[in-house]
Amino acid sequence: MIVRILGEGQLEVPESMHAELNQLDVALESAVDADDEASYRSALTALLTRVREVGSPTDADDLRPSELIVPQEDATIDEVRKLLTDEGLIPG
Amino acid sequence: MGVMKRVTMVFRAKANKALDRMEDPRETLDYSYQTQLELLQKVRRGVADVATSRKRVELQINQLQQQMDKYNRQAKDSLAAGREDLAREALTRKAGVQTQLDDLRTQYESLQAEEEKLSQASQRLQAKVDAFRTRKETIKATYTAAEAQTRINEAFSGISEEMGDVGLAIQRAEDKTAQMRARAGALDELMASGALDDMVGGPHDDIQAELDRMGAGHGVDHELEQMKAELAQNAPRQIANSAAGSTDGDSAQSATAVPPGAVPAGDATQAGDQE
Repeated sequence: MIVRILGEGQLEVPESMHAELNQLDVALESAVDADDEASYRSALTALLTRVREVGSPTDADDLRPSELIVPQEDATIDEVRKLLTDEGLIPG
Repeated sequence: MGVMKRVTMVFRAKANKALDRMEDPRETLDYSYQTQLELLQKVRRGVADVATSRKRVELQINQLQQQMDKYNRQAKDSLAAGREDLAREALTRKAGVQTQLDDLRTQYESLQAEEEKLSQASQRLQAKVDAFRTRKETIKATYTAAEAQTRINEAFSGISEEMGDVGLAIQRAEDKTAQMRARAGALDELMASGALDDMVGGPHDDIQAELDRMGAGHGVDHELEQMKAELAQNAPRQIANSAAGSTDGDSAQSATAVPPGAVPAGDATQAGDQE
């Protein structure tokens, strides 16, 4: 599957990683919901680290859409919350 | 559901909304391609904007560095003139400028990182836009409505996701450069008005004024000392030459070459006689 890290590009990640990434993602989501800055930061870092570890960058001219999109490393909890809403950060 | 999935769905929804606006799929392709080209222009402008801001910060860093050097020089001159109070004042101001400088350097690095990110985003988008153009022509050439719609949707959601991402990156860069410009503008004004000096202590360049006031005498003394030292180094050789049988004319010549007051240690008696 393809995972995008915002601001960095797309990575091809083995399907087998799905469950593990999901777990990390759930932790991230509850940190965002709880507005817990410390656990948000560590959850996001853990998720990004794992995606980078197991993923390999796709070709730049690959037009396939991503199955999962991860916020960028320095995204604030507030920015992530806006990313989750339709009228949020994403232009267009 | 998880953050990743939800963010993806928002991206997907944006793409679908754009797709739905078009009646003819081929129209979608051409329209999207236009939008992509515009975005490419925008991201390139973004890179240029960040570069401009970065250069401005670079310039300010240089100016502040010069100011630090100046305070350093003043501190040394003050100490040499036995004015520890002035030296302390100069060093205090230097510390104030140092804080500004550290802050600017941090910002400089963050701008550099932003520039790098945007320029990479621009390259990625360029590659995808090129791929999209090829895909678009192929789809149009083999156009059969149902099949084309699927392929258009595929190509479109890929490029639209990239555009969303690049759009975000541009927004972030714009925000950062806007903040940076405001700060740079404020600092420029501070430096121009001399208020930076005020801020880190005392009115503009009173240290220099004080140094200059004492400086006239001090500078001459300093230069004299240097000349004496130089002559003292040369003197033994000249004496050795005279001792090796040079004429009276020669020694007179070497004596007149010595500036008045700068007395080579070995020639003290002779110079004293001349004066």
